[in-house]
Amino acid sequence: MSVLIDKNTRLLLQGAGKAGLFHAEQSRAYCETNLVGAVHPGKGGTKVLGDVPVFDTVAEAVEKVAPTASMIFVPALGAADAIMEAAAAGLSLAACITEGIPAADMAKAAKFLADKPMRLIGPNCPGVITPGQIKMGIMPGYIHKPGAIGIVSRSGTLTYEAVWQVSQAGLGQSTCIGIGGDPIIGTTHTDALKLFADDPQTKAVILIGEIGGAGEEAAAAYIKASNYPKPVVAFIAGQTAPPGKRMGHAGAIIAGGQGTAAAKMDALRDAGVAVCVRPSDMAKTLLDTLARRGVDARS
Amino acid sequence: MNVHEHQAKDVFRRFGVPVLEGAVAHTAAEAQAVADRLPTPVVVVKSQVLAGGRGKGRFKEHGPDGPGGVAVVKDKAQVEAVAAKMLGSTLVTIQTGDAGERVHKVFVEAGCAIEKELYAAVTLDRAARAPAIMVSPAGGMDIEQVAHDTPELIFRAVCDPAEGLRGFQARELARKLGLTGEALRNGAALLERLVRTFIDTDASLIEVNPLVLTKDGQVLALDGKMSFDDNGLVRHPDLAAMRDPNAESKEEQAAREHDLSYISLSGDVGCMVNGAGLAMATMDMIKHAGGAPANFLDVGGGATEARITAAFRIIVSDPDVKAILVNVFGGILRCDSLAQGIVAAARTLELRVPLVVRMEGTKVDEGRKILEESGLAITFAPGMAEAAEKVVAAARGGAR
Repeated sequence: MSVLIDKNTRLLLQGAGKAGLFHAEQSRAYCETNLVGAVHPGKGGTKVLGDVPVFDTVAEAVEKVAPTASMIFVPALGAADAIMEAAAAGLSLAACITEGIPAADMAKAAKFLADKPMRLIGPNCPGVITPGQIKMGIMPGYIHKPGAIGIVSRSGTLTYEAVWQVSQAGLGQSTCIGIGGDPIIGTTHTDALKLFADDPQTKAVILIGEIGGAGEEAAAAYIKASNYPKPVVAFIAGQTAPPGKRMGHAGAIIAGGQGTAAAKMDALRDAGVAVCVRPSDMAKTLLDTLARRGVDARS
Repeated sequence: MNVHEHQAKDVFRRFGVPVLEGAVAHTAAEAQAVADRLPTPVVVVKSQVLAGGRGKGRFKEHGPDGPGGVAVVKDKAQVEAVAAKMLGSTLVTIQTGDAGERVHKVFVEAGCAIEKELYAAVTLDRAARAPAIMVSPAGGMDIEQVAHDTPELIFRAVCDPAEGLRGFQARELARKLGLTGEALRNGAALLERLVRTFIDTDASLIEVNPLVLTKDGQVLALDGKMSFDDNGLVRHPDLAAMRDPNAESKEEQAAREHDLSYISLSGDVGCMVNGAGLAMATMDMIKHAGGAPANFLDVGGGATEARITAAFRIIVSDPDVKAILVNVFGGILRCDSLAQGIVAAARTLELRVPLVVRMEGTKVDEGRKILEESGLAITFAPGMAEAAEKVVAAARGGAR
């Protein structure tokens, strides 16, 4: 078991430009990833990456190849529309990798998605990977190992750092979810925690957050209120970030004293989460916590 | 991107948000000419800096008993002298830090008789995933203080991302502001237009403090602060042109031209990292190792060799940097491209400070080989913790 995606997922690529095709090819080369088609308006009827059929719209792709999930590489000003297109066509999951989508566009897309069953991951995220089965995103596949640790993070490369540490420590990952660094995102830390709670393969969770917003505080409240059944280890980036500056991610800004790393770390600690202060200690803190809680997370 | 008050008011005017008559001036003579054209006997001269708290701020050059950043001038003939004191001087407010901000222009505005000071702001409500408006009858004060001391005086409404603030929502907020009669209708219209301005310009913040009710019953924006979503600026070239080059360091400007995310900080360890989260985490590691980062620099996931070279140049050109840490987890960015970028930059620049490199991920062996064979004096570190310790020690040792 895993969450969101597995070897049975029928993957669609939206946005078959240079970046989309490069990463779709990498995904396809990873384990059992099944790329069933691509959507690129105006290029319907052609093929990419050898034998992958291209369609003009997601609706057409649904008619002809029945995808279940889409990874979106459409450029920033068209990406929100592409997200809505995937939802309107009836897909159950989309991961939007695109960075730089105006927040106003995402607000409109979020409203559109409110009454649709599709789950959105991102935008501005590395995507989702279920090691050993399927890669739906831009993460380097080879650092991952199948296993029992769920990882959820707002950052791309910091997630790779966590994955690397976990793999080096001899453990593996059930599913890794990059929820994205933007102020408006589809799936939150709390949503991901709920998915991991119900997944028998996942024995513990690493939660990676950063300054800005209140998603980590909401996750802490959920962990506390639900008496979360699995150990959670957390790291919050930006402990030394100055207020009022946007730290790379559009959502990473301390505004009016809100969204500081200290407040998030306190909230998580209060919820019983093992918070590591140094990013180099994520795997070490995980191993300590597993030992203390008597959880066997070897796969 | 933040803009000055006079620019925010230009945008307000375009959207029908009432403001007083006024114009920007770059010289004292220009300021006098603007004042002479204004119809009111009293005018206000306002320093244009991006930080708030101007009224209570004082100029470094004129001392604590000197003029503040905003001056009400009752004798119009004095405007030139007042503006001359502000222009070229350094205004220190609670938001500027000790360094203060240099005043390059002033806004000269008509005076008005104030009945009541109010507050209004529009921001993105991340949890509601929509714009939200916040108003308070306690205007003219530090709103964070109001939120802390008297939270019952702050009223909010979440707006539809396309439709904006509905008429009934605006009227209810105007009522909560204590407005009545004609002023209630005017106030509601202003709030609706403020939200329309926010949506149509891809703003990330509009703050009007104070919003005022005048003695003759008008409701208008006496101050105006606007920030725009950097991701939306591409479709507003007119707004993008408002960027104040004085508000950025030379390094920040160079970084923006190369599509790098860079922020100057006060420490002495230069950092180059891929990915915003890892870049913040690297700054944190440096701090835990007893050092202080000189910058935040995210070269981005898809950085090319040319961008790496540009990034490296920016760090090396900062005179405060005593040692450099490169921390890269190769995903899309391959370690060999990174290494080639560093070598290319180091060949054309004199690398006068120690360089510590921590690389992991895609093509790490190839990248390492390129750096080892380059002849550059590089210290390698296997993990983040070791890298941070080594670079902090190197910075303490000073330049070679």
